[in-house]
Amino acid sequence: MPDGAMTKTAHTGTAMLEIADLHGYYGESHVLHGVSLEVRQGEVVTLLGRNGAGKTSTMRAIMGIMGKRTGSIRFQGTELIGMAQHRIPRLGIGYVPEERGIFSSLSVDENLTLPPVVKDGGMTVPQIHDLFPNLKGRGSTQGTRLSGGEQQMLAIARILRTGATLILLDEPTEGLAPVIIEQIGVAVRALKARGFTIVLVEQNFRFAATIADRHYVMEEGHVVDMIPNDQLDANMDKLHTYLGV
Amino acid sequence: MSQLLGIPPQALFGQLLLGLINGSFYALLSLGLAVIFGMLNVVNMAHGALYMVGAFVAWLLLSHAGIGYWGALVLAPLVVGAVGLVLERTMLRRLYKVDHLYGLLLTFGLALIFEGAFRHQYGVSGQPYPIPDLLKGGTNLGFMYLPTYRGWVVAASLLVCLGTWFAIERTKLGAYLRAATENPTLVQAFGINVPVMVSLTYGFGVALAGLAGVLAAPIYQVSPLMGSNLIIVVFAVVVIGGMGSILGAIVTGLGLGLLEGLTKVFYPEASNIVVFVIMAVVLMVKPAGLFGRER
Repeated sequence: MPDGAMTKTAHTGTAMLEIADLHGYYGESHVLHGVSLEVRQGEVVTLLGRNGAGKTSTMRAIMGIMGKRTGSIRFQGTELIGMAQHRIPRLGIGYVPEERGIFSSLSVDENLTLPPVVKDGGMTVPQIHDLFPNLKGRGSTQGTRLSGGEQQMLAIARILRTGATLILLDEPTEGLAPVIIEQIGVAVRALKARGFTIVLVEQNFRFAATIADRHYVMEEGHVVDMIPNDQLDANMDKLHTYLGV
Repeated sequence: MSQLLGIPPQALFGQLLLGLINGSFYALLSLGLAVIFGMLNVVNMAHGALYMVGAFVAWLLLSHAGIGYWGALVLAPLVVGAVGLVLERTMLRRLYKVDHLYGLLLTFGLALIFEGAFRHQYGVSGQPYPIPDLLKGGTNLGFMYLPTYRGWVVAASLLVCLGTWFAIERTKLGAYLRAATENPTLVQAFGINVPVMVSLTYGFGVALAGLAGVLAAPIYQVSPLMGSNLIIVVFAVVVIGGMGSILGAIVTGLGLGLLEGLTKVFYPEASNIVVFVIMAVVLMVKPAGLFGRER
């Protein structure tokens, strides 16, 4: 596939995730119109954009939760389009969905240990409890009885056990109080320090600016701009126009 | 009603035992239905027919291959489970994306085909199936006589029900099953092959029906219509217990069996409808069923 959108990034680290000219469909509706982006090993990259710009759909396309996809999604060189859905996470991709997806018929511990370990090197439960002290001692509580913030922590925590190296975080701060958002930010920065590669969907770009290396801006189903975090201030006016804030 | 206090204990306990046995079958069958409904969202109308197939497999194993009760107790559920796997893989699977009613229609059609085929081949008169030697005879408990086989049926189905409950509620595999019942897409996104899990769940659910069929063979006769006679009550049990509730299926199955038995003692005229009266009342008071969760 021809692709000009990626030439503007300097290739320093190894590319972990490369998306080129990705089109995606839910049934008849065409939701992704040629998304191209690249995430390098160890980076934290955000997808910014208004509601309906295709941020969540891009994540779902990566996980194969989408009827039809064309173009290319490569994870560490492996093409994901056409791969059986349950094999994609086994390559080492962890998905934290927007609605968090905590199971009400499972206890906190069962939720935490549900995703199978797919690679060596995942975090242990004590390490996870150090990162999210709120989850300690709550093991037998019904998953959905946790507060919204704790459910978000649990949704992130259960992916960390699996040994996934790329984490897709869909709006982890949505609907949470500032003090909880701060805690989630601390955790995400700790994960970055541990070497996780993270793709983050955010509406709250002030939060995004505190952790991300680069920002992709999406509009109408494709990437319209890429702003390195250190140039965020210089591009603030442009960003405000994009996001309509 | 003047007989209310004049019931001899023999008759009372006899009917209670009968109720308990019926309840055991209700529990086994509605448990399978609940497991299937929870995971597949399909009301498996073929459940009664597959129960009948289980009994026939036992009878055929005995009459054609000389394999007795204990062998059949293992083989018949495996055969019925395999039939279920084939049905799910080839037919039911195609219907998950359309209205659930199509699954109901398909399985209802399958039930008619199974029953018709066996009826054509073996007629409607039942085939007797002997009680295995080990379970012949009975024990006088003082207040009643307990035939060993009937005691075995109650104990065996209780054990299977509790084992299934434990497997679903307390094990890792069960956690996958519960999670996939709630949100199959997400469980798949964790790297679990949900379609295979769905097939195995259907296979397991109908294997329970096959097992019930073998257990029933020596008590009721082996007949093509034995499933359709039972299944309507079993559906009522599932509705009362709460669609998809495992514990609800077990408790309600046994409870309603007992209640039916009691009704036979005190007001026999109502014994055939008592389950449905209770169903109507439960639906009015608690539409999700006694153990069901509102969706």
